[in-house]
Amino acid sequence: MAPTIPTSSSQRPVWLFRFACLVALATLGLVCIGGLVTSKGVGMSVPDWPTSFGYSMFALPISMWMTGGVFHEHTHRVWASGVGLLVVFLARWTAGSGSRKTLAGVGLVEVVAGLLLMRVNPLWKGEAHFLLGIGGVVLAAAAVGFKNSPASPLSVRLAWAAFWLVQIQGSLGGLRVVLDSWAIGGTTGGTVFGMIHGCLGQVFFVLVTCLAVSLSGWYPRWPRRAGDIGGAHWVFLGTALVFGQLILGLWMRHQHAGLAIPDLPLAYGQWWPKTDPESLLRYASRREGVDAITSLQIHMHLFHRINAILAFSTILLAFRSSRVHAKGHPLKILGTAWLHLVSVQFALGLFTVFTDRAADVATAHVAVGSMTLAVGCWFCWAVGLHQGTILGDSRSLSDSGLPETPVVP
Amino acid sequence: MNNTLKVAAMVAAFAASSAFAGEITGKIKVTGEVPPAREITPIKGDKMCGALHTKPVMTRTYVVGADHGLANVAVYIKAGLPAGKTYTAPANKPLIDQVGCVYEPLVTVAMVGQTVDIKNSDAFMHNVNCQAKVNKPFNFAQTTQGTVNPRVFDKAELAIKLICNVHPWMSGYVHVFDHPFFAVSDKDGNFTIKGDLPDGKYTVEANHLKSGIVTGEVEVKGGKATLNLELAVK
Repeated sequence: MAPTIPTSSSQRPVWLFRFACLVALATLGLVCIGGLVTSKGVGMSVPDWPTSFGYSMFALPISMWMTGGVFHEHTHRVWASGVGLLVVFLARWTAGSGSRKTLAGVGLVEVVAGLLLMRVNPLWKGEAHFLLGIGGVVLAAAAVGFKNSPASPLSVRLAWAAFWLVQIQGSLGGLRVVLDSWAIGGTTGGTVFGMIHGCLGQVFFVLVTCLAVSLSGWYPRWPRRAGDIGGAHWVFLGTALVFGQLILGLWMRHQHAGLAIPDLPLAYGQWWPKTDPESLLRYASRREGVDAITSLQIHMHLFHRINAILAFSTILLAFRSSRVHAKGHPLKILGTAWLHLVSVQFALGLFTVFTDRAADVATAHVAVGSMTLAVGCWFCWAVGLHQGTILGDSRSLSDSGLPETPVVP
Repeated sequence: MNNTLKVAAMVAAFAASSAFAGEITGKIKVTGEVPPAREITPIKGDKMCGALHTKPVMTRTYVVGADHGLANVAVYIKAGLPAGKTYTAPANKPLIDQVGCVYEPLVTVAMVGQTVDIKNSDAFMHNVNCQAKVNKPFNFAQTTQGTVNPRVFDKAELAIKLICNVHPWMSGYVHVFDHPFFAVSDKDGNFTIKGDLPDGKYTVEANHLKSGIVTGEVEVKGGKATLNLELAVK
């Protein structure tokens, strides 16, 4: 059994850790609201970006904000701006006062780029305002003068990654609106950018949670190079399957075609339904509305079901492997948490079908999916450290005043 | 003498136009067991839209009238028109209204180049998200009651979907043709294709959003023809 390392919290950046947790929670909230936007099909209820009906995003009259699907879409935008703001200041705090020069440089470049964009083509005014807005926030973070030393190098790297990713993610959200009707490879810009935006949203959530973990008092107690563990491959495979499952789910959701298969566990009364044109017509006739069902939609739906079983089974095996560790061991905690989450996720998947894709249930399915992916990534991380395949962050150990465990270069 | 010539020319023109003014009338019937309409429950759940209705608002997938007549079917000439002939778009403007959080009518027909007026009759906003595949898609908001936005489709395209994302249950369809010989069946399934349709044999299509397409052959003689078609429930 691998030894656990005790830690003292005296030198831990407790408030920074709490702030990172707040950002992670805010990001989960954003994932939920984004999920609702897609579940309800209201993504294009505000046709312009970054303005909303020509208004500045922050000056939209309440009466318009509260109208139908505008509520979800506009709330998603405003909430996302809030998360962006939090992440920029989180980067400033995590990277210490030494980051001010970098932040000032980045902010300045963005502001200048925004101004240039406006001059080059007045039609790009919206995009220019977006750059000016981001640049302004980054400059404001650079202007924060209090002196603080950076957190561990790992946390700093994660914070900078989050800093860049949140800006890319915001731009993708905008492109999803602006390029909605563009034809891209037989589909629309809205679908393509919506999917990338959704996928990156999950990655961003994982990243922010990893940052919070790296700042926690728990992370230094993750055993380093404590030897190979049985079943590590199940952890990596399970995480990959969960990520694949999220992509499949995203694809299905962004088709806005309702449930391609309405029954469960069978599909149209068969284990593998026919998808010839006649059968497809027959399936479409069973449901309200005039949208067709395609063979691809049915197959993707089936793959999502099969992959769900594979992911659940793999996580179950990973959990079994983690049971060899003592109570309180990080790997055991992660294995148990992962199994609990995937069980809830599995049940939510069933409920999504039984409730005919009720928006709140489908959104809960998205949120728990993100959490399952996050815990899977932590688990991979912890396993990698344990086996020595991932280098530990020595700074976090020395920060806690403890001797470092040697790591394999 | 001059006036006599003018009158003669007018009479000749009238006679010629009468000879070419043909129409096809008929009825579209539905066969099979029609699924009952369902209540569009989100309307009730929406404070603003719900307040506009005292009765449940029902889906309009199959609207069936007297003697199994099927409404909202686009009926149009598919083949038989003189090859290469071009037509001028009618001057009238079909109106697509968003009223009570529903598209009225559900199905609109128009010709390439004809102006279609899109209106918001509700006291709150809608957006009109046109998901054309051949024509250029568009998406705009109508924030004020009574706003009318004219739009022109420049290519023939069937079943262009219009949706409102603010109220995602709202959808309407536009069929655009490169000739003026089309109609939409009324509540009892009746239709009349009017215009300068010369005598001759034509292929006519009836296009229902859910039931699909059925084709019929008809001969216009003396400016008149009748065609009844049946669509099966799908």
